[in-house]
Amino acid sequence: MDTQRVHRFTQTTRLSVAIMALALILAACTSTAASPSPSPSAVASCAKADLALKTAGTLTLSTDNPAYSPWFQGGNKGSELFDGDYGNDPYKGKGFEGALAYAIAGELGFAKGEVTWVVTTFDQSFAPGVKAFDLFMNQVSITSTRAEAVDFSAGYYDVYQAVLTVEGSAAASAASIADLKELQFGAQIGTTSYQAIIDDIAPTKDVMTYNTNDDAVAALESGQIDAMVTDVPTAVYMRDFQLTKGLIVGQLPTPGQFGVVLEKGSTLTACVNEAIAALEADGTIAALMTKWLGTDYTVPELN
Amino acid sequence: MAAPRRSRKGTLVAAISTIIACIAVAAVVGSSAAWPEVQHAFFNGERFANALPSVWGAFAINVQLFVFAELLILPIGLLIALARSVQAPALAPLRLFAMVYVDFFRGVPSILVIYLLGFGVPALQIPGLPKDPFFWALVTLVLIYSAYVSEVYRAGLESIHPSQERAARALGLSRIQSLRHVVIPQAFRRVIPPLLNDFIGLQKDTALVSILGVVDAFRRAQILKAADFNFTPLMTTAVIFLVITFPMTRFVDWLAARDRAAQLGEQR
Repeated sequence: MDTQRVHRFTQTTRLSVAIMALALILAACTSTAASPSPSPSAVASCAKADLALKTAGTLTLSTDNPAYSPWFQGGNKGSELFDGDYGNDPYKGKGFEGALAYAIAGELGFAKGEVTWVVTTFDQSFAPGVKAFDLFMNQVSITSTRAEAVDFSAGYYDVYQAVLTVEGSAAASAASIADLKELQFGAQIGTTSYQAIIDDIAPTKDVMTYNTNDDAVAALESGQIDAMVTDVPTAVYMRDFQLTKGLIVGQLPTPGQFGVVLEKGSTLTACVNEAIAALEADGTIAALMTKWLGTDYTVPELN
Repeated sequence: MAAPRRSRKGTLVAAISTIIACIAVAAVVGSSAAWPEVQHAFFNGERFANALPSVWGAFAINVQLFVFAELLILPIGLLIALARSVQAPALAPLRLFAMVYVDFFRGVPSILVIYLLGFGVPALQIPGLPKDPFFWALVTLVLIYSAYVSEVYRAGLESIHPSQERAARALGLSRIQSLRHVVIPQAFRRVIPPLLNDFIGLQKDTALVSILGVVDAFRRAQILKAADFNFTPLMTTAVIFLVITFPMTRFVDWLAARDRAAQLGEQR
């Protein structure tokens, strides 16, 4: 074989492989397979022994690391799983979601020692395939399109979005949504806060999106953005503990709901809904809200 | 003629074996019980089409970023390479600076540099210093890739036999003139394939700008992904990047093959 022929051969091969790879991606996208059916298997009893769990006898709870205040509190001292000097160890059962998680576990019949926590990132929580957790609680807002990929429990918290800024910013003096339209906004990627900016404010400038709220705060403090949007409890926490000259302009009109994320078609969903309904009825959820999120939010509504 | 016929046969064999390989892969992947679920999450045709216009629009940010960056990196990388190869003892600090620069920016993860420059420098609140995240992303990419590209240039410069420069000097050219007219033109031709290779890496790294909040193609896809809990928009981004980088990778291979053929003394 002469070198030129070998060369042409390999070039042809590589070219066709590359084209086929591209074609495969497109083909994979175009063929119409039925979306995974949300097999709503007949709800068996919610007795502890009948629950289909990841690990028998143990309820596997999950959230992201770091777990942010005020949803999780108590710090990380002594934690092996949720280590680092930032965030909170959910095993402490503190913070609104931390405490509520144990309350739901209790309703399902699990004592504190029968609960384990695993770390799941936001993206992992809705990746296809078998999930590592039974219940995932991470301030996830319920939407109908998201519900095509996962199961949501009934909402356990009505969430409003707040416009957070710093003194001296162009947003500081805003009194209405109209005053905000020309400003530069920022929000954490993947949040319904981002969607709330688009839906409720519809600013003229492209919204900046950050990997974390911490990055958005850095951009806010350096003046790269005029204001950021996050849920009201987080905004209040940031104003009081994270920002030196923080200021809440007001809350946006459209509310959302946080729900527990479960595997699509999970038999646990109905049982978790029962538990949440019971905790709602006996005033537990309201009490946890008062205890961990406070009641003195004087956040004006923006119109 | 025998050669073209054999070559046609080669093409045929290549095509058939490629098709068989693709079918085999498709069969293995498709036979997985979880394939419909994965397909729905990653390869959803409707969501792919929905994501295309907005992801394509956001890709303009990536294009601007790599075009500006490449135009700046080409001269800056060359200057650093030349600084590193100066021999005059009095210019030793310059050589040292170039060495430290290259070692530092090749050794530090890009993500750290972009955090430091994009969030740290604007936080200093120095009047007159830009706060624009696009600007700082550009600075980051130029700093990092100039270090890589300077090494490519240096390898090219060193690959030119010293006799070339000596011959130029013997003809009465100064050191600068012999670099400008004899060494650099030959070296530049040699480094084009590795240079373009670095630029392909650069084009993909433009997605780093999203860390600073700018909504580029990758970030637009992430926003869509999180809104619908579906990963398909990321595939849209992958296809858009492929469409841009694929011709360039083929071009680099073609250049390298041509160069090899020329060195072997074969017909171009």
